[in-house]
Amino acid sequence: MTRILLLAALAVVALAAPFFVYPILLMTILCFMVFASSFNLLLGYAGLLCFGHAMFFGTGAYIGGWLMKEGGFSIELAFAATTLAMAALGWVVGLISARRGGIQFAMITLAISQFVYFLLLRAPFTHGEDGLQRIPRSDLFGVIDVSSNLSLYYLILAISVAAIWFFYRIVHSPFGEVLRAIRDNEGRVESLGFVPERFKIVALTLSAGLAGLAGAMKASVYQIATLHDLSFHVSGTIIFMALLGGLGTMAGPMVGAALIVMLNDHLAQFGEWALIIQGTVFLVVILFFRRGLVGELQAFIRRRSAKA
Amino acid sequence: MSDYALEARGLTKTFGGFHAVKDVNLKVRRGSIHALIGPNGAGKTTCFNLLTKTLTPTAGQVLLDGQDITKLRSAQVAKLGLVRSFQISATFPHLTCLENVRVALQSNNGTAFQFWRSLKAVEPLNQRARELLAQVGLAGREETPATELSYGKKRALEIATTLALDPKVMLLDEPTAGMGHEDVEPITDLIRKVSAGRTILIVEHNLSVVSSLCERITVLQHGEVLTEGTYAEVSTDPEVITAYMGGVDD
Repeated sequence: MTRILLLAALAVVALAAPFFVYPILLMTILCFMVFASSFNLLLGYAGLLCFGHAMFFGTGAYIGGWLMKEGGFSIELAFAATTLAMAALGWVVGLISARRGGIQFAMITLAISQFVYFLLLRAPFTHGEDGLQRIPRSDLFGVIDVSSNLSLYYLILAISVAAIWFFYRIVHSPFGEVLRAIRDNEGRVESLGFVPERFKIVALTLSAGLAGLAGAMKASVYQIATLHDLSFHVSGTIIFMALLGGLGTMAGPMVGAALIVMLNDHLAQFGEWALIIQGTVFLVVILFFRRGLVGELQAFIRRRSAKA
Repeated sequence: MSDYALEARGLTKTFGGFHAVKDVNLKVRRGSIHALIGPNGAGKTTCFNLLTKTLTPTAGQVLLDGQDITKLRSAQVAKLGLVRSFQISATFPHLTCLENVRVALQSNNGTAFQFWRSLKAVEPLNQRARELLAQVGLAGREETPATELSYGKKRALEIATTLALDPKVMLLDEPTAGMGHEDVEPITDLIRKVSAGRTILIVEHNLSVVSSLCERITVLQHGEVLTEGTYAEVSTDPEVITAYMGGVDD
């Protein structure tokens, strides 16, 4: 019951927000919420630390942007095609990396992401250092105009809600149950007759698809796709967001994403100091809130209800 | 069908020149509880890992019901009915007891890759999972995360998870290791109870557990079979006594 009320309140806030807050900021938050959830699916629910997760996000931005600008795709088709393309990339990355665990997996994904970075730097369609500029916000279904910030916001909101619902569905599915078991004890899962690699490959495929969708959405919001979205810096930011909010909780990484995007927006006026403040926040979280903000909150509520 | 559920022929494993297990021949009779014992470093766990395919043998064969399984992966072996437990209790700590068992039940359910369906798809398995939990004395703990169970209860949960696969052959690696006295007896009783209709090979240090459970005992020393027999035979064998008490170490 409280849950339904909470969701209803969230829905009201989300629908009313663009009248009070700059829609571009809100849409950035939504994109990073989807991106952070895709990362959470891997690290929080499969125990896979992907060090190059920005490759799916950044490449997704290029592909989505190119399809709208040069391919003449309507916006929803561009998003869908990008999601599928990035899922395919995730599948390939999975084939290469899923036999490894822990730090080896992290390093292999980092190496592949650097490879993709330089590939796209050289590829003619990305326009190198300039990036893909003036990406049009093409019409929804080819007829509905979503070029204004407000109308685009509602489209991005709807897609983000659907993506997050999909993430929820994966975690709370028969597959998600096996995935969590693999996170907890991979050897045991194998001894029960499963082949863990196959589950990791599927998880990586799904996660990469969601990350690609987030990237394509971001390209439509900013109307630009650059190499920055692919950089290690973004891969690091997403790890930070997930840890700040709390790994392995559904909401944690999304809360972390929203906080970091807002913090960056707010700190932009401080120039270089922004990074120092970010570093301090990170330290405080690591030292005092190991479970992340949402994780600590859940633990607090559990303790309270245990006492009562 | 062969009289022996599990058989090792000339099983050998070398780690960089060191023979951890050397030419071990072992026959586990169908429906029996068979123990593998030996002093520390005798190669029991290595032998065990070879039988369960966690390690690949350097030479030799492993046969399950007369079928050569030497080349198969541990997941494939599990599907054929050979399931192992681990020395360190192997539960899924952040899953509830019910989920722990249900994961194993999914192994033969065909739902494991369904990421688009809700957990309602596996609810038909709950009934069986509850029965298995009740069988090992965990009724009423269905919703408890495994990490909150006591050590003895974790082992019980692990056995319930293993039973979910309805294995023909169970391999138990030191089921009472690290257990307080009060937990040993319930686990011993539980193993006896679940042994009905199954073959069990057990690696164990606790000789009172071995004597009360096992019909046949194989003693390993320095990676080789020292002797085999009933508890009465083995426990009076002068070589075994020397191996355990130290004596003159070749």
